[in-house]
Amino acid sequence: MGHFILRRLLMLVPFLFLVSALAFIVIQLPPGSFIDTYRRNLEAQGGTVNEAQLKALEVRYGLDKPVIVQYAIWTWNILSRGDFGNSFRYQRPVADILWERVPRTVGISLLAIVFTWIIAIPLGIISAIKQYSIWDYVLTFLSFIGLSVPAFLLAIVLMYVVFTQTGWLVTGLYSPQFQNAPMSVAKFVDLLKNIWLPLLVLAVTGAAGTIRVLRATLLDELQKPYVTTARAKGLPEWRVILKYPVRLAINPMISTIGWLLPAVVGGELVVSKVLNLPTVGPIILEATLAQDMFLAGAFVLILSALTLIGTLISDICLAWLDPRIRYGCAAHAQ
Amino acid sequence: MATADRPQMPKGTDRMQPTMVGESYTDRRSQELLKRYRGTRERRQKKAEQLAEASQYQLMLAQFKKHRIATVSLYLLVILYLMAIFASFVVPYDTLQRFDQFGYAKPSQLHIVDANGNVHLPFIYGRTSKLDKKTFKYTFEEDTSKQYPVRLFVTGKPYDLLGVIPMSRHLFGVEGDQPFFLLGADKLGRDLFSRIIYASRVSLFIGFAGVIISFVLGIILGGISGYFGGVVDTVIQRIIEFIMSIPQIPVWMALSAAIPKEWSGIQKFFAITLVLSFVGWTGLARVVRGKLISLREEDYVIAARISSAKPMQIIFRHLLPGVTSFLVVSITLAIPGMILGETTLSFLGLGITAPDVSWGSLLQDAQDINAIANYPWLLAPVFFVMLAVVLFNFIGDGLRDAADPYSR
Repeated sequence: MGHFILRRLLMLVPFLFLVSALAFIVIQLPPGSFIDTYRRNLEAQGGTVNEAQLKALEVRYGLDKPVIVQYAIWTWNILSRGDFGNSFRYQRPVADILWERVPRTVGISLLAIVFTWIIAIPLGIISAIKQYSIWDYVLTFLSFIGLSVPAFLLAIVLMYVVFTQTGWLVTGLYSPQFQNAPMSVAKFVDLLKNIWLPLLVLAVTGAAGTIRVLRATLLDELQKPYVTTARAKGLPEWRVILKYPVRLAINPMISTIGWLLPAVVGGELVVSKVLNLPTVGPIILEATLAQDMFLAGAFVLILSALTLIGTLISDICLAWLDPRIRYGCAAHAQ
Repeated sequence: MATADRPQMPKGTDRMQPTMVGESYTDRRSQELLKRYRGTRERRQKKAEQLAEASQYQLMLAQFKKHRIATVSLYLLVILYLMAIFASFVVPYDTLQRFDQFGYAKPSQLHIVDANGNVHLPFIYGRTSKLDKKTFKYTFEEDTSKQYPVRLFVTGKPYDLLGVIPMSRHLFGVEGDQPFFLLGADKLGRDLFSRIIYASRVSLFIGFAGVIISFVLGIILGGISGYFGGVVDTVIQRIIEFIMSIPQIPVWMALSAAIPKEWSGIQKFFAITLVLSFVGWTGLARVVRGKLISLREEDYVIAARISSAKPMQIIFRHLLPGVTSFLVVSITLAIPGMILGETTLSFLGLGITAPDVSWGSLLQDAQDINAIANYPWLLAPVFFVMLAVVLFNFIGDGLRDAADPYSR
């Protein structure tokens, strides 16, 4: 087990390096250096351009040096001091904004995955044990829709439906009167009132694929002799199914985190723009629209790194649960 | 096809004596069933004989046709694409044609029966708009005294079909000076239906453009990876794993932020295609690699290698034709992802921007809950997006079953 974790951790290193390179490319992409962008932004806002300050920035990020050195300086600043640079748009260190927004995105994404399972596991089981029944067809059809429709479209439509049916607008995380209030029971209830819609939307889109995976594995397992044995021994049907095949079929669900997590994080960005949630989504969008590339790059870096780490944790969990993976050959891991 | 291994009926039942017929219900019923069974059996046999010498392609087609939903989806999708290609004929108005005082006009209501109870061909009533001085909203009232018949092939604004054939007839429209809004109008009084159909050009074809680029990248990198194996394979696989495991939307957003704002519509279109393909090729590369690994040890490949064919020749001439059917499936399933990617980016304002239209950029109007609540027809592009994506998925599903005719 320790060997397995060590190997996976070592594999994470080049991936994190690639992530940082990608984020740096993102920062470099817009034409001109970011000092130019900064100058343009300042002038557009009618502010005075402080040449000395610009010079200091240039030295700090080594803009007069080759790109490789700039990259080294940028990563060194992050690793040594947690300094992601400054956001031109907000006039604040990027790290502060990250610290404020990223936990919310992570929280919502993780909750959405839990929700996905709460929806997907029972439905997947029904779909498998009642194969070719009307339920199976309905669920298959719904999961087709769920796979096809991106979360943000679902969010718009649901928001419209809820609004016209109840006159209640689900937007933001808290109602205005709780916006700045300290945490209390009332505020928490208010949070629950608002957060169910984004969670539901993300869970439905994620659940579609998960139901398919669970159904397929469960159908495989249900045909195996041990199920017949369990039945022959006179176990009640629900126990036969829940105790053995479902337990085995749940395992691959953990490995689906690998593709569920990037999708949920990405979906969350756009959904939070639609539903006006104070998470990473709206900020990263504004940052890209204003070409505030330090902020955009940092978000790409952090979100990708967190997703990679999340996938790694799920892999470790899977290996812990399933010895075949731990000792398995490379071919099996396919 | 499955006739051969069907359990044979006992001999006696096959040669039932006709004298027994009609004596009791059970006899009649068994005779009926027998007839039906023979009927289907003969038909099946005929079909099986036809397919016995069919090519792989014909087998796929026969199998595909069995998938009803996929077949219907294919027809619907062809209609969608034809509408996009002949958009200037199909729609009554131009994308930018504005009708003053018809901002946020409701979809025109089609009538058949007029105020006096007489039945006509479909027509609409004239509408007059009044500006509400307090809310600054236009309100519309139907003027039942004036009828405007809705006709097929009406003469309208002249245009060039496919950019070459000058025409002035439109598929449908209203005679007279009253605008006909099938799906309502947007803020500036532009016909939403016309805009959606024009937008489908970008939205539907970006899927193809993106898939072509992903396809080329996927085949080359996947082919190399699968054929050579070893270190090259490991490196390419790690890169694919990496791209697949990071969330694509922030990467798309950040990459498309670099598209210069002053670029023309067509330049933006290609830039977005590139951005989308940056992530899209990985799936195709995986399919190609997986199949090539299973094929490269086949005898005919070894034969080709012995005859000193070059690796690229072996990959492209001998290996790839073997995986064509799987490629077609994965391409079909990759297109909706591209369409959704473009929709997402344009919806966020990072993709296609005015004056060009795409489904995503049309949906930008629907970002504001007030707009949706008051003018719900602005959500119409959502259903076109969903339709296109669901159709592609169904077709892909049918093709996947068809690609492997011996699988069952």
